[in-house]
Amino acid sequence: MIRLERVSKRFPGGGEGLREVSLRAEAGELVFLTGHSGAGKSTLLKLIGLLERPTRGQVLVDGRNVGRLPDRQIPAYRRQVGMVFQDHKLLADRSVHDNVALPLVIAGVGAREIGRRVRAALDQVGLLARERHLPVTLSAGEQQRVGIARAIVNRPKVLIADEPTGNLDPELSLEIMLLFRRLNAVGVTMLIATHDLALIGSLGARQVALSGGRVITDSRGAP
Amino acid sequence: MNPARWLQRHLQTALGTLGTLSRQPVATGLTVLVIGMALALPAALHVLVQNARLAAGSFEDVRDFSAYLAQGTALVQAEALARELEARDEVGAVTLISAEDALEELRADPGIATLILALERNPLPHTLVIRPAEGLDNAAIQALADSLGPPVEMVRLDMDWLGRLAALFDVLRRAVLLAMLLLVSAVVIIIGNTIRLEIQNRRQDIEVMKLLGATDGFVRRPFLYLGLWYGLLGGLVALIVLLTGLAALGGPLDRLAALYGSGLRLTGLDGRTALGLLLCSLAAGTGGALLAVSRHLAAIQPRV
Repeated sequence: MIRLERVSKRFPGGGEGLREVSLRAEAGELVFLTGHSGAGKSTLLKLIGLLERPTRGQVLVDGRNVGRLPDRQIPAYRRQVGMVFQDHKLLADRSVHDNVALPLVIAGVGAREIGRRVRAALDQVGLLARERHLPVTLSAGEQQRVGIARAIVNRPKVLIADEPTGNLDPELSLEIMLLFRRLNAVGVTMLIATHDLALIGSLGARQVALSGGRVITDSRGAP
Repeated sequence: MNPARWLQRHLQTALGTLGTLSRQPVATGLTVLVIGMALALPAALHVLVQNARLAAGSFEDVRDFSAYLAQGTALVQAEALARELEARDEVGAVTLISAEDALEELRADPGIATLILALERNPLPHTLVIRPAEGLDNAAIQALADSLGPPVEMVRLDMDWLGRLAALFDVLRRAVLLAMLLLVSAVVIIIGNTIRLEIQNRRQDIEVMKLLGATDGFVRRPFLYLGLWYGLLGGLVALIVLLTGLAALGGPLDRLAALYGSGLRLTGLDGRTALGLLLCSLAAGTGGALLAVSRHLAAIQPRV
């Protein structure tokens, strides 16, 4: 589903994000990217979300070379990738329901279908009762679950999450990670960046460690 | 996307932005008022010039001219000439003032009456007062005057005055056009700036939407509708200001007109002007928004 072939990313300032990274994630696989900050986890996710383009190498998602995708096709591509952010990036002046509905509104889905799918997504993250609330009235963990509901509402094949538990205490973090694993069970390919090794150790998922822009260990072995 | 869905999205955005505006009534009200006043001014000037032209048009006798017949022309001959002229297309009406009538009129003036008593014979000629047909321009009136041969001896046509009046209106019209251009540009800038601020305020929302795969068109649409609403509401304010102003002027002007014994009336705002004003403000609003959007929206790219 996701394939990186000798991908390098060099930033205009001269900083190096990734060096010759090759990685392969099969459909429905859950992969944790670990490493210290600056190791290249975020850069790798940005290449998949097309927030950055690779300097060298190929990034293939679902068989498409996304690094070469023309600018005007980026929006349509992003609609097929669910993204979860450390600061969840919810719109403060819209209700939980409207936040989760946003990807569907952008995609031009009909109103009735939106209502149905938003409730289904909120049900999956256990926040159906908070549909009408504003994000600020929710706890940090709940806000992140809204962010996850928004990422899955459009039924993406690929979901990427950058430090989704970065702002949460251990208990909530585990809750979020278990939620990811549950969602992964329905077949979404997931790439989750985190520096919290203790947290994911118990989950038994594949771990890819990055350091200095290179893959140093991969719990599944060489790609 | 099918047309119904497309229409639904636009309708949703249109209503949604209207909701956004209504949630901040003070800011919206101020912006709309500024736009309305800026638009009311050129519209008022336009109405003023329109009225002035109508008023000038109502002094129809300024276009009348007199043709003096040669001394000794018989009255029957003058009457025949009057009928003959009246039959021509470019002539509206002909009034014959016979030499006797003219003298009689002068006798009514006590100052001149004694002078006239001293005259042996009537020195006055028969006169034809010719009113050109409606819609005849100055050149055609001049041509009509030139075409009159004997027994017409002399034609008095105040062409200079007509020319000056026309030139004055040309200047006025041009001035109003310039004022309109300036003030409509001001409205475009006001709306453009308002939209620019709105874009800055919504920067984070825009980033999130782009992250979620929103196209530029999707992001742009609410801002364009915002400009459109500003334009439309501003245009309505301008209309209200204008109608109020005209109503306030109406009474005193009627009295003034009555004092001068003229049928002069304020014509007020005709439908075409009102429609033009609204269309103009709509265009200015959308144009301003388009300007702001094209300059500032592309610069916002999501960063994580």
